[in-house]
Amino acid sequence: MSDATFEQNPGTLPGHTSLQLPGTKKVSRLLIGAGAVAGFVLLPVVALVEIALQGSGDLWPHLVESVLPVALGQTLTLLVGVGIATVLMAVPCAWLVATCDFPGRKLLDWALLLPLAVPSYIVAYSYLDVLHPLGPVQSAIRWGLGISSPRGLHLPDVRSVGGCIFVLSCVLYPYVYFSARASFIVQSAAALEVARTLGASRMRTILRIALPLARPAIVAGVTLVLLEALGDIGASEFLGMRTLTVSIYTTWVNRANLPGAAQIALVMLVLVLAVILTERWARHGARYVATGSTRPQAPLHLTGGAGIAAMMFCCLPILLGFVVPVLHLATAAAQRIEFSGFSGGILVETRNSALLALSGTLVALALGSVVAMAQRLTRSPLAVWFARIGGLGYAVPGTVLAIGLLTPLAGFDNAVNRAMTSLFGVSTGLLLSGSGAALVIAYAIRFLTIPIGGLEAGYSKLSLHLDMAARSLGCSQRATVRRIHLPLLRPALATAALMVFVDGMKELPATLLLRPLGVETLATHIYAEAARSTYEDGALAALLIVLVGLAPVILLARVSRAGVPTSTSRSPVSPSPAPDPR
Amino acid sequence: MSGKTLSRKACSPLLLAACSWAMLSAAPATAEEVVNVYTTREPGLSAPLFEAFTKATGITVNSVFVKDGLAERVKAEGAASPADVLMTVDVGNLLDVVDAGVTQPVETAALTAAVPANLRDPAGNWYALSMRARLVYEAKDVKLANFHYEDLADPKWKGKVCIRSGQHPYNVALTAAYIVHHGEAKTEDWLRGLKANLARKATGGDREGARDILGGICDIAVGNSYYVGLMRSGKGGPDQKKWGEGIDVVLPTFEGGGTHVNVSGAAVAKNAPNKANAIKLLEFAVSPDMQHIYAQQNMEYPILAGAKVDPIIGDLGPLKVDPISLVDIAKARKKASELIDKVGFDN
Repeated sequence: MSDATFEQNPGTLPGHTSLQLPGTKKVSRLLIGAGAVAGFVLLPVVALVEIALQGSGDLWPHLVESVLPVALGQTLTLLVGVGIATVLMAVPCAWLVATCDFPGRKLLDWALLLPLAVPSYIVAYSYLDVLHPLGPVQSAIRWGLGISSPRGLHLPDVRSVGGCIFVLSCVLYPYVYFSARASFIVQSAAALEVARTLGASRMRTILRIALPLARPAIVAGVTLVLLEALGDIGASEFLGMRTLTVSIYTTWVNRANLPGAAQIALVMLVLVLAVILTERWARHGARYVATGSTRPQAPLHLTGGAGIAAMMFCCLPILLGFVVPVLHLATAAAQRIEFSGFSGGILVETRNSALLALSGTLVALALGSVVAMAQRLTRSPLAVWFARIGGLGYAVPGTVLAIGLLTPLAGFDNAVNRAMTSLFGVSTGLLLSGSGAALVIAYAIRFLTIPIGGLEAGYSKLSLHLDMAARSLGCSQRATVRRIHLPLLRPALATAALMVFVDGMKELPATLLLRPLGVETLATHIYAEAARSTYEDGALAALLIVLVGLAPVILLARVSRAGVPTSTSRSPVSPSPAPDPR
Repeated sequence: MSGKTLSRKACSPLLLAACSWAMLSAAPATAEEVVNVYTTREPGLSAPLFEAFTKATGITVNSVFVKDGLAERVKAEGAASPADVLMTVDVGNLLDVVDAGVTQPVETAALTAAVPANLRDPAGNWYALSMRARLVYEAKDVKLANFHYEDLADPKWKGKVCIRSGQHPYNVALTAAYIVHHGEAKTEDWLRGLKANLARKATGGDREGARDILGGICDIAVGNSYYVGLMRSGKGGPDQKKWGEGIDVVLPTFEGGGTHVNVSGAAVAKNAPNKANAIKLLEFAVSPDMQHIYAQQNMEYPILAGAKVDPIIGDLGPLKVDPISLVDIAKARKKASELIDKVGFDN
């Protein structure tokens, strides 16, 4: 691309606002749509504010004195620990897989994403079993040391801050890996080669050029990791952590102080917004490096010892985040089937899980598209705000989001029910909260940030020149979207869809509170067993969550690589399926 | 790819979703007799009761297991709520449901005759259905005798005690009972002493106490009575049977009191659309046969005098129930929870 500067900073393009000339009416309709989506996401937050305003009595002095210092400290330790650990695990792997060639690279390329399919609470259960004094690891160590009684050997317990950092890092690193890998793949060979010809060593090139170029992508991945870790309740509570999210939960459930819980949740929301805005700021500064030369780097061939070392390094995260927990689950599931037989109910639960996740994915994708398109087509600052608000759902812990949704959903249901009863004498019951619709809405709100972010990133790679060309060739705004944007955004859409689906399969807290009578999903099944501490009984259900999530995760790796512009595949600015101007 | 094929492709999952959506709702829309149960009790535990009820009365039971937020959900659903019966464990949760204003008082001769007065709401808003005791598990070589809850804070157990989260309702209730017996100041000392004795973080479930004793992490652990039954009966599989048989169990008492118990119970929802069926289900649950089955399913103590208790639980020894009132315990919960935070029990 000769006009790389224009390409990379479309915001400075003179006269870009003229883009919206012919279709202004439709565009503003799009803006209204995006506003409606933002309002929709704000519903539970507003409900929370309302709950918080009810007053929490004398809670805060107590919180400040004996809860918050510990909760803040542990939350911070957890976030820092998980942040550092995931970067150390993911970034070297991403760099190796993206820029080198070594034995097993093709397999590792997608296998490194596998832990995405495993819910964090399941990994926590598994590691407690595996690392317990009665489990295989310690038994083997004792056997090796010739110690007969478990009392003779005391190793650190996984039920600790360190254990929780370990477990969460093992399942969350793929978020960093995913975005770092994509960034390394598109890095311009030219920049790296210039550094080498100027005498920089390979290591120096990595540290001074490759890593800084990938920084925005790494930060974006780490932000997702931190939000997940912050909102985590299953693994954290199980491993004995006292994070903010656990404190919110304790305040609500054990002190029966919902307003107090809502207040802590809102304070946390502010903290999360600070994290997100920081990330935005970091990403903004580096936006113009996103594309450039389309010539990919020639892979660095690692042979012999280096190749084996690279392979083993990349195997480790997969081993810890996927192979160990899944092997454990498979063993436990096999024992359970042998012990108590196979219950057909689990197939229904699998269907429910998949169906709810799929529906949530479709709704999230539709809503996310509206928001992202409004941003692209109107280029209005308002649309940017709508996009930020649209992503808020991810920043609220699932349980809190669910509580916030109860009131507006059931309020709507009751209003409809009253109206229908008085007008037509027909009772409609609970239309939304009595059906799976409430859950679909919850999933869509919770995961909306994924399609919004994904499509934003996708759009940022599409030159505005494309839109101009299409428009000047007589395409309407709508036709431009349909014939240019959507086909080119396909990889971004597919990636977002797969990620939302996998997250939906794993979602627990909102599902538990909002699902209709008589409906169980795999996640609620596992939870019900875990609640009686018979989580071995949930092993089969856990295995099924992983299995259903597996195909999307593998697809994800392929789609994301296919969607990356290289000289061999299609470049975003010279699309191979060129839209004919009719 | 043209827009047309894209939209066609997008349609197939949409269609699939729409088709299967209809199958999602398990609750039949027909006019047959039903009763809808919202429960915080794990579904497996109530299934035999519901099946027997349907068999005896022809009334279909629809249930949903909601761990937390049951009261909030029923409250939000308001007049259109389908809930008939609300089932929870822990007297505190029962009172929370009543305080949220989502129950209604019912009184029938069968219920008042079956449920002892100290195990139900005087106004009839809730009835206990089963009872469990908070016990101490010990390693086989420990041999506790005449053990009191107060002894858990004895420094001789330093680094040898396992217990689940202090903020778990079972421990909050135990601490609340301590407050009722000894007052706040002594309870705080006791909590500090107990905290100093912990062998690991206060977390996990009661069964982990037994497992950790076997794993050499601790010598004694605090746990509920029914877990012993569930482990020893083999219902939880061969591993748990090993844990259950690897420990001895003592029934501690408060000094000058008895063994701390809690209950599971049920209430009729305020806007119950099938109130008559809800009452039928409650009466059925306290009938002699069902009391045995309901209690045995979770290895609990029946509340109906004379109903049979499972032999595994019976063999633990005679239960001397602490005479202090459950409602007083529930009232002390908030203070108990604060003290647990104050001493940093779970940190």
